[in-house]
Amino acid sequence: MSFETPADLRYLDSHEWVRTTDSTARIGISEFAQDELGDVVFVELPAEGDELSAGEDFAVVESIKAVSDIYAPVSGTVTAVNETLLDEPELINEDPYGDGWLVEIELTDDSELDDLLDADAYADQIE
Amino acid sequence: MQSHREFFERPDFEFVGRDEDAVVTDDDQRVTSVPVPATDMSRQTPLYQRHADREARFTDFGGWEMPLEFDSIRDEHATVREAVGKFDVSHMGEIEVSGPDAAALLQRLTTNDVEALDPGEAQYTAITDERGVMLDDTMVYNLPESEGYLFVPNAGHDEAMAERCGWVREEWGLDATVENATTDWAMAAIQGPDAPGLYASVADEQFALDPFEIDHRTIAGVDCLVAATGYTGEAGFEILAPWDEATTVWDAFECPSCGLGARDTLRLEMGFLLSGQDFDSEDEPRTPYEAGIGFAVKLDTEFVGRDALEAVYEEGPREKLVGLQLIDRGIPRHGHTVTAQDGSEIGHVTSGTMSPTLGEPIALAYVDAEYSTPNATVRVTVRGEPKKARIRATPFLNR
Repeated sequence: MSFETPADLRYLDSHEWVRTTDSTARIGISEFAQDELGDVVFVELPAEGDELSAGEDFAVVESIKAVSDIYAPVSGTVTAVNETLLDEPELINEDPYGDGWLVEIELTDDSELDDLLDADAYADQIE
Repeated sequence: MQSHREFFERPDFEFVGRDEDAVVTDDDQRVTSVPVPATDMSRQTPLYQRHADREARFTDFGGWEMPLEFDSIRDEHATVREAVGKFDVSHMGEIEVSGPDAAALLQRLTTNDVEALDPGEAQYTAITDERGVMLDDTMVYNLPESEGYLFVPNAGHDEAMAERCGWVREEWGLDATVENATTDWAMAAIQGPDAPGLYASVADEQFALDPFEIDHRTIAGVDCLVAATGYTGEAGFEILAPWDEATTVWDAFECPSCGLGARDTLRLEMGFLLSGQDFDSEDEPRTPYEAGIGFAVKLDTEFVGRDALEAVYEEGPREKLVGLQLIDRGIPRHGHTVTAQDGSEIGHVTSGTMSPTLGEPIALAYVDAEYSTPNATVRVTVRGEPKKARIRATPFLNR
């Protein structure tokens, strides 16, 4: 099976993605990751205003069979939280790069983006 | 993302994450006080290729390479609750006991009253050690036409339970033949409200077995044993088919294949025990009274562990397995601590999940007996946070 890895995103090797618009970054987990987890039934998200540091776990996604820590690909301040997921965590399965996003942050340091994988490199990793 | 396995305690599902080396991969904690065969090589059921063809995700369970899920645990669960699904349960052991003292041997081995079974009947029972601690739970079948008895130890326990039968036979000088027939029999469970109808279309006769009945039936030309038993709370049956003819029988039932993931959520909604997790002679040593299956203990029979269990019965167990439903957001999981409102520790969770049917987080937990009253409010510690939970009578579903 092959999984989508949209070209406009950056990835962590631990399957998180980042989409940047100006200095805002939206974060989620990849299609491969949601498939590995199976049916997502619960999420625990940070609050607006929380500070995330690159490499630290900031959220929890639980499927029926697994509990997963989600790592921040980049550092920043949380400016929005996808609260729809609290009632509809299955959106992570259905639309991991769209409605299944987790949080948006105000980037602290744009240069951290350079440390992430591009779509081709990430696609190679999950092949 | 780094995943921590939560599905069952031991089996490993495929890990994602960048720090796999940090994950404890204890291959086999399923060590009981009786020896368990080495599980260095994963055993495969005769239906393995069928599951691989359906692109199942596999997991090691009790030394067997079993399908964990096909497309979605949630969908497979719903199929069984609303229609019908089929499970490969060939990882269950089969021990055949026959001869003049077969009933006497099983009476010594198990806590329930085997003598009460007529040919063609089955009962749920426990196998305990001298302390009254459960080594396994099983169905005992008194086979039709007085052919002898069969019981079905949990995955990976077959060798140890066969040896234990041999020990009982020698200890009490019984005249019985014990055979580990685990690889003679494949086993499939057809479960769900539409299971009897599916049976009728496959076997060309009505499904006429009462609950806990077992009889010979011909399925797709194969001579099988069919029992009206299961592990889901739904209507349905389990089929014992000759190992070499398993695929013929399996293919005859045209309904979705379901994996161990759905089997686990289905049994948990019913409050049914999972051997090795809700009890385990080493890691979770429990008597049947603690585990809530006192109905399967007949103290007026003679079995290994009877005297110890009589004492527990008279004093009452100090801890009891209860159902829990979380009120706060969160999912209780194996190993989570249960506390009273004042923060004192009163027990721990053995199984927990998000109930697919109820959409509520549910669990089984051992708690101090004084807190085991339904509706009592307790706390479950989830990732360091105490979450409010309510004690619930099981089953969680009315079935």
